[in-house]
Amino acid sequence: MPTVFDWEKPLVELEAKIQELRSFVYEQGLDFKDELNELERKADKLRKEIYERLTPWQQVRMARHPERPTTADYIKLVFDDFVELHGDRKYGDDQAIIGGIAAFEGEPVTVIGPQKGRDTKENISRNFGLPHPEGYRKALRLMKQAEKFKRPIITLIDVVGAYPGIGAEQRGQGLVIAECIEQMSFLEVPIICIITGEGGSGGALAIGVGDRILMLEHAWYSVISPEMCATILWKDPNRAPEAAELLKLTSTDLLKFGIIDDVITEPLGGAHRDHEGTGRQIKAFLRRYLSEVKKIPTDQLVEQRLERFRKIGHFQAVQLEESRVKL
Amino acid sequence: MLRVFRSKPKYATVRSSAPDGERRDGDPLWVRCDSCSSLIYKKELHKTLYVCSHCGFHFRMSAWERLRMLVDENSFQPAEPLVSVNPLGFPGYEEKIAQSQEALQLDDGILIGEAKIQGHSCVLGIIDFGFIGGSMGSVVGEQITRGFEYGIDKQLPVVIISGGGGGARMQEGIFSLMQMAKTAQAVGRFSKAGLFYLSVLTHPTMGGVYASFASLGDIILAEPKALIGFAGPRIVAETTRQQLPPDFQTAEYALKNGMIDGIVPRSELKDTIGKLLSFHL
Ligand SMILES: [Zn+2]
Repeated sequence: MPTVFDWEKPLVELEAKIQELRSFVYEQGLDFKDELNELERKADKLRKEIYERLTPWQQVRMARHPERPTTADYIKLVFDDFVELHGDRKYGDDQAIIGGIAAFEGEPVTVIGPQKGRDTKENISRNFGLPHPEGYRKALRLMKQAEKFKRPIITLIDVVGAYPGIGAEQRGQGLVIAECIEQMSFLEVPIICIITGEGGSGGALAIGVGDRILMLEHAWYSVISPEMCATILWKDPNRAPEAAELLKLTSTDLLKFGIIDDVITEPLGGAHRDHEGTGRQIKAFLRRYLSEVKKIPTDQLVEQRLERFRKIGHFQAVQLEESRVKL
Repeated sequence: MLRVFRSKPKYATVRSSAPDGERRDGDPLWVRCDSCSSLIYKKELHKTLYVCSHCGFHFRMSAWERLRMLVDENSFQPAEPLVSVNPLGFPGYEEKIAQSQEALQLDDGILIGEAKIQGHSCVLGIIDFGFIGGSMGSVVGEQITRGFEYGIDKQLPVVIISGGGGGARMQEGIFSLMQMAKTAQAVGRFSKAGLFYLSVLTHPTMGGVYASFASLGDIILAEPKALIGFAGPRIVAETTRQQLPPDFQTAEYALKNGMIDGIVPRSELKDTIGKLLSFHL
């Protein structure tokens, strides 16, 4: 049974009714054309009402929908001939991040992204898509390999955060994230980052420094998860919906802030309702932005990437008299 | 280009009695050691550089106190003052900033400028834990970035004393996360210019501060027993449901696991920084 959210129920019921009437028409040969048209119109209206007015928290739930495509699904949908490459050459192979080389419309690219499991068993082997330092080291290794062979890098980001575990801390989770962010910033190949689902804090940013940053419509990207934010503010993770409002984490917000370059619209009702349609959308956006960044001369590419991040921040300069820093 | 730091003639000099950022909470005379629970006379603590005379625990220090402890007299020249705005309209944020500004006599979570340490000029940045947990918002990110840019301009080494519990400043949402990228890139540019960056981690250095500029030093030092890590120990314990090693995420643990270059007691910090700066002239 597919997962249905509360707010989708009226629509799902209506869709079932339409389906039922359709098969009835088909079996009995009766003419219910007007009724069907009317119901379809109603369903369209309802779809728009529901999905175009999702609250931030509903967006977060959409991004976490169990049937939403995972990184491996997107790789199949968007690229050809994917060859997965494993290991960080130092410690191990983290199944929570997958990466390798694939063809995008005939051209080799390096693709990297965190991978959630589809079921409990896979989730355990993939640590629920929460990467360890070796996962980020693998990502960095593959990115440097891409630079050597002048392949563009595409990262597909869907991660709640870097894994908060004992081994992860022991092996330098924070240090590795910093290294990823820094070194990715200076790679002399085009980088396109696509936030496909969850963009959770440093664990997402570690593979999120790019020349173009795109975001699927119902994805979220934030400095902290709404649950953690609610825990800090009110000691109550159940108030995550309120925290989601405060954090301004939707694709609409982030586009407005200039943090991302574009929003990849999902088929109405979300990516989980139409994997192929979502894949086609990503392909179209990727084609456009990849050809755009490939035109930028290498020496300007890194400069422009750095400039993009250099500008981010909101603050105010004050007069010396107003400063608290008095000597 | 941005005018990074204030122009020279405007620089003031350090007064002998800089504003005091001592903790005002609790007992006016006595303080209990977080580590060994001994009661310590506050005036005594001042003399021992805020180190417990019983167990050697290093108390947190305000940025102003650190500055007095580290820099040569009259040598500090602060950066152009910047203050935070509230980009997300986060409730209660302005009040929090105003309180911290008043209590700590800082414009935001970092005290930064040009200074001399044992005669060596450098850019010195000190993060104050008291300012919203020493978190990095737009101002801290911008000041650190400008600090590294100024370092490139003037061919100066950079010393940053980090100490922040939460890392990123939640109230600034995505803008605060992006400061991690901005500062890491500033370090990268600075490093490519062949200049020396010394990162000193004090209790606690966690989250987005640790996962960006703080762990990108050419040399990384820490104070004894400082908490250093990405995820907070409580979150690790709750997520893993495992008993944490007794020294988990301490400076000693980081040293043992190869994540830092060394641990330096506070009483030796100035000498050590001076020595390292002298090796990178
Ligand atoms: Zn003690």
